[in-house]
Amino acid sequence: MGLFGKLFAALKKTKDNVATKLRMLFSKNKLGDEFYDELEEILIGADVSVTMAEEVVEQVKAEAIDGRIKDGDFVTDLLKDIMQDILDEAPMPEINYPCVIMLVGVNGVGKTTTIGKLAHYFTAKKKSVTVAAADTFRAAASDQLSVWADRAKVRIVKHEEGSDPSAVVYDAVSSAKAKKTDVVIIDTAGRLHVKDNLMNELKKMNRVVEREYPEASFYKFLVLDATTGQNAVSQARAFDGAVDLDGIVLTKLDGTAKGGFVISLCGDLHIPVIFVGTGEKMEDIALFNSEEFVEAIL
Amino acid sequence: MALFGSLAERLNHIFSKLTKRGKLTELEIKTAMREVRIALLEADVNIKVAKDFIAKVSEKALGQEILQSLNPSQQVIKIVNEELIALMGSANAKLEVSPKPPTVILMCGLQGAGKTTLCGKLAVQLKKQGKKPLLVAGDIYRPAAIHQLQVVGGQAGTEVFERGTQSPVKTAKEAIEHAKRMGYDTVVLDTAGRLQIDETLMQELENIKKNVEVSETLLVVDAMTGQEAVNVAKTFNERLEVTGVILTKLDGDTRGGACLSIKAVTGKPIKFIGVGEKLTDLEPFYPDRMASRILGMGDVLSLIEKAQQAITEADAKKKEKKMRENTFTLSDYLEQFEMMKKMGGVSALMGMLPGAKLKVREEDIDEKKIERTRAIILSMTVAERENPSIINSSRKRRIAQGSGTQIQEINQLLRQFDQAKLLMKHMKNGKGKFKMPF
Repeated sequence: MGLFGKLFAALKKTKDNVATKLRMLFSKNKLGDEFYDELEEILIGADVSVTMAEEVVEQVKAEAIDGRIKDGDFVTDLLKDIMQDILDEAPMPEINYPCVIMLVGVNGVGKTTTIGKLAHYFTAKKKSVTVAAADTFRAAASDQLSVWADRAKVRIVKHEEGSDPSAVVYDAVSSAKAKKTDVVIIDTAGRLHVKDNLMNELKKMNRVVEREYPEASFYKFLVLDATTGQNAVSQARAFDGAVDLDGIVLTKLDGTAKGGFVISLCGDLHIPVIFVGTGEKMEDIALFNSEEFVEAIL
Repeated sequence: MALFGSLAERLNHIFSKLTKRGKLTELEIKTAMREVRIALLEADVNIKVAKDFIAKVSEKALGQEILQSLNPSQQVIKIVNEELIALMGSANAKLEVSPKPPTVILMCGLQGAGKTTLCGKLAVQLKKQGKKPLLVAGDIYRPAAIHQLQVVGGQAGTEVFERGTQSPVKTAKEAIEHAKRMGYDTVVLDTAGRLQIDETLMQELENIKKNVEVSETLLVVDAMTGQEAVNVAKTFNERLEVTGVILTKLDGDTRGGACLSIKAVTGKPIKFIGVGEKLTDLEPFYPDRMASRILGMGDVLSLIEKAQQAITEADAKKKEKKMRENTFTLSDYLEQFEMMKKMGGVSALMGMLPGAKLKVREEDIDEKKIERTRAIILSMTVAERENPSIINSSRKRRIAQGSGTQIQEINQLLRQFDQAKLLMKHMKNGKGKFKMPF
């Protein structure tokens, strides 16, 4: 079991539940409306989006017409295949160096903590890292990031609270260029995706990186809280529209929430999950593994 | 969500083939309830809660006479809406005040729910009520959490009590002593975010409650939370006897069904909602407004309230009289534009209208065109505004030049104005042409 598997240990417990549920469901109902309704509810219970759950159930129904469904375990396997196919629609990009990673997301999803973890992740790979405190809005955000930078022993670029976040980005990128830093990670202020002015601010930061450092690979990751519900898709769509996302970082997976909405993100929006985070320790981050995710969610 | 349009539209579609009289049949109810179920689930209402709710509503709706004034879909929505409101409880619960001060308020919740910001918002609210609040920094784990509370407290103009990273139980006790000495009547305890399954941290909260007398234990919940909301609320409530819930980040586009789930499993009232990043952005909770939001029906009441703030009553009376007498002029037309601007622009208002959010996208509303219309009216003389019929072609040329527009645009505006007047005439005659939803 890899690190990802360990992170998912909590989720695994629920795994048996779903398989058992399906087995019981099957012996009780056979394949009728009630069966499909409950199947849909199992998926929605994991925060898979309602439309995606309906789609998946339709696919199961199509298989049933062929008369191939014999028991609950078959349904479980079928669901796994369907989900795996959907997740594979959004392949994970290779990370090239030097690179700039910008984390965006709504308030309170864990962007600053994730930056601390990512800084550690890259230094463990022997890469040089600079973090940029471009959240100049939230009280004490740059102090919080400074603590993480200390822990991970990486350089931090910060300005005063209330200053222009794009200026922080400019400074961080210029100094990374001069010092030949492998990875620049930009923290941004949490913003609700419906606020146009704040989304424009993000676009500006995006432009600064593209203009000032075209030779670096530029990745824009959306940080999503695993406890989020149906709103996750709306968030991803809005941020993707603003800065063209390259991937998702899924945080707070140590609870009992399953983050089933990532199925929609991959299937509908073709945005892959790159990292998953749990806990508050620096090491609590791992690359996403779609097979293990499917195992865990079902 | 956009795939299906609003619940009202979907139900209209189902019932479109039915006659408008008689009773709702079982089959009709069943089909309608499937749509209601989807609406609830898309709003993040917990599956079990949604199921129970549907069962109850179906029973109520079955065999009901269809009111003459409503069509079947409106009837169903009315029942669903009423039941949602009933389920979410009484309007606007107040904060408990301890008979022997200080009143102690304990904030708790998951990481990132917005507890620290909310402490500042509560402080502002309490001060407005003439209270003297003290904020206490009890999050000793997250880097810079104490400093964040200090900054927030500074913005709210409230003292922040902190003892570094010493045990939050001890800090709470000392803070209350400090409050008594200094005459603070309300103590707000900020705590670290924690998962409901984190045994050590849940015990820490229990210890605080054992050692100090807490009047309010407020659970702070992110309005975007999904199915997990129920597990969170249940565990926090079982271990800490929550007295109320505060829902944050409702200024996004989440439908906030999590709150319904929380209310249903804990029975605890939602006391406030956070609706913005400013410290003044804290509002009382209104179940009726939340019900509309969950059903995707827009927030008509908030819209009305906004309008009330922008228009004085005298203004409204005057305008109404003008409409009635059909003496509405272009000057009034202009005033309406100004008012709309005061209320946050057309797009902000459209967002609050039922169904409008789905049909009218922001780019479809041309704020620039409205600006041009304004310019045209401003380029007219007072006489022209009062009596547009005197505007002949030479006047039109002058107006076009003055406002930097084309003559065609002026013609268009005058046509629109005539239509608006005609519409008002119809409204005055009130032949039920413009029926309200319910």
